Amino acid sequence: MTLLRRTPSSTSRATERPGAAGDASSTPPMVLAEGVCKSFGHLQVLQGIDFEVARGEVAVLLGPSGSGKSTFLRCINHLEKVDAGRLSVDGEPVGYVERGGRLHELREKEVAARRTEIGMVFQRFNLFSHQTALENVVEAPTQVKRLPRRVAEERARELLDRVGLADKAGSYPSQLSGGQQQRVAIARALAMDPKLMLFDEPTSALDPELVGEVLDVMRDLAREGMTMVVVTHEIGFAREVADVVAFMDGGVVVETGRPDQVLGRPQHERTRSFLSKVL
Amino acid sequence: MAATQQGSSTIEPATVQPPRLEAVPVRHPGRWVAAVLVGLVALSVVVSLAKNPNLDWPTVRRYLFSDLVLSGLWTTVWLTVAAMAMGVVGGVVVAVMRLSANPVLRVVSGAFVWVFRGTPVLVQLIFWGFLGAFYPTTTIGIPFTDVVFFTGRTSDLVPATVAALLALGLNEMAYASEIIRAGIQSVDSGQVEAAHSLGMTSGRTMRRIVLPQAMRVIIPPMGNETITMLKTTALVSVISGHDLMSNIQAAYAQNFKVIPLLVVASAWYLALTTLLSVPQGWLERRFGRGVAAPGPRGGLGRLVSFRPGASS
Ligand SMILES: Nc1ncnc2c1ncn2[C@@H]1O[C@H](COP(=O)(O)OP(=O)(O)OP(=O)(O)O)[C@@H](O)[C@H]1O
Ligand SMILES: [Mg+2]
Repeated sequence: MTLLRRTPSSTSRATERPGAAGDASSTPPMVLAEGVCKSFGHLQVLQGIDFEVARGEVAVLLGPSGSGKSTFLRCINHLEKVDAGRLSVDGEPVGYVERGGRLHELREKEVAARRTEIGMVFQRFNLFSHQTALENVVEAPTQVKRLPRRVAEERARELLDRVGLADKAGSYPSQLSGGQQQRVAIARALAMDPKLMLFDEPTSALDPELVGEVLDVMRDLAREGMTMVVVTHEIGFAREVADVVAFMDGGVVVETGRPDQVLGRPQHERTRSFLSKVL
Repeated sequence: MAATQQGSSTIEPATVQPPRLEAVPVRHPGRWVAAVLVGLVALSVVVSLAKNPNLDWPTVRRYLFSDLVLSGLWTTVWLTVAAMAMGVVGGVVVAVMRLSANPVLRVVSGAFVWVFRGTPVLVQLIFWGFLGAFYPTTTIGIPFTDVVFFTGRTSDLVPATVAALLALGLNEMAYASEIIRAGIQSVDSGQVEAAHSLGMTSGRTMRRIVLPQAMRVIIPPMGNETITMLKTTALVSVISGHDLMSNIQAAYAQNFKVIPLLVVASAWYLALTTLLSVPQGWLERRFGRGVAAPGPRGGLGRLVSFRPGASS
């Protein structure tokens, strides 16, 4: 009964999830950022991000609007190019390959190949509006991974069933509620069997009564051992599911630690004032 | 608020069953009156045209399916189809070049659109038609060296039909590329990001995600372009092409039956544009899938879809 069907090593890890963060010493962290900087013109949005997520961990990023959370998430997936600093996913530098002690910039095809291993879920769902739910989920496996259509469809139906939308396979995005669209979007990302999932405020475009259904799916995913980086304002979700919470402000990570530390006993004044506003 | 509270306090919810009410749709008696009036006016116009001796219906009948007209019609149709095919295929390429991150491609495509949209199509036709006068021989080789792969007389390489196709096709490419560019830009950038995040390359994203959605915006103006092209083919008479309009003009230059022959031409153009609305409507429905409000039905569908209001 798992959402994920991955390599044997990763499924076995799922069972030992509580210790996942501790035993990661031998393998590189899933996400490692050191002094990551990014500017848009004169606006320096990221001013040296230090951040680490171990395999199997769930990290929640908090922070006020404009603090650079989305930008950082997009850097992890190379949708934005980092200006300075080091950023790597699963030991490999994002956008580069290390050969002979030098970093060679990746070509478009290679960047795309790396992205197949990272799933991303967007605030505004971004389902392909000319395709049904099923076609959305089948698109990348057939087009990118070249899976036979029959195999991809079978797996897509399985995933849609897991997110509770087996009966909506033939619906177009415009015929689905926000919560349903977001669950299809999660199924679409999972169809590529990613080793890392990025969520950018997945519930903030939803009506309050639809937030729960999406968080439930994410909670299941976390329980099964998926490594996740989640930008959200759902403090309850962070408290319950996160292994690490990082508070960002002004383009830096101000404070990071276990949820009970950062959310319960914040050390920094900026964290405290932010939490007092959202709680 | 006060009113509803009062209302709910007087009704006992469980016991009182609201009676089933019949919903009466809004009636539109005005539409029927208007339809009858319009019908009468149309009928009187048709009758007066049919009875008008100046229109010379026997001549119209004689020329409508004459060889001269039919061969012109054939030229018009294939020129339109070929030029539009060239325009659409080339237009997609030029549009993608204009939106490319590569500055060389952007400048080249921008210059192409600038030249071919900025000069009269008549001039372009004459240029291609009389290319042999500018460049009597055509040589293909490596520039600034003596290496020559091929050489030949330009007028043999570019006969009138090829010249007509080149002129109309390249001109259409420039216009179509701008329509297609607007269509591509109308697609939400979130769609591209989602495709990229799934590991799709730019090329595949364009083909699989962006263009199919852009089509919805592209098709109606391209329908217009096709109809314009149908009539623009008449310009090929200047390089002695033999399209429908040129043949009609040639005929009335000899027999002076201008009005009946123009009626023949109009009847054919109208028939062609009517036929064109069928694939257009089909394409609009095909690419409108997944959009909440279905687009208008194609022209023929519109003509026959006069539905009186809910009559029961
Ligand atoms: N493509 C861009 N070009 C220019 N400026 C940008 C771009 N993307 C983001 N920015 C700017 O970068 C800053 C950080 O944006 P970002 O979207 O990362 O913030 P955020 O923390 O995700 O905020 P929110 O909670 O509102 O989503 C903002 O000031 C924004 O205006
Ligand atoms: Mg954001």
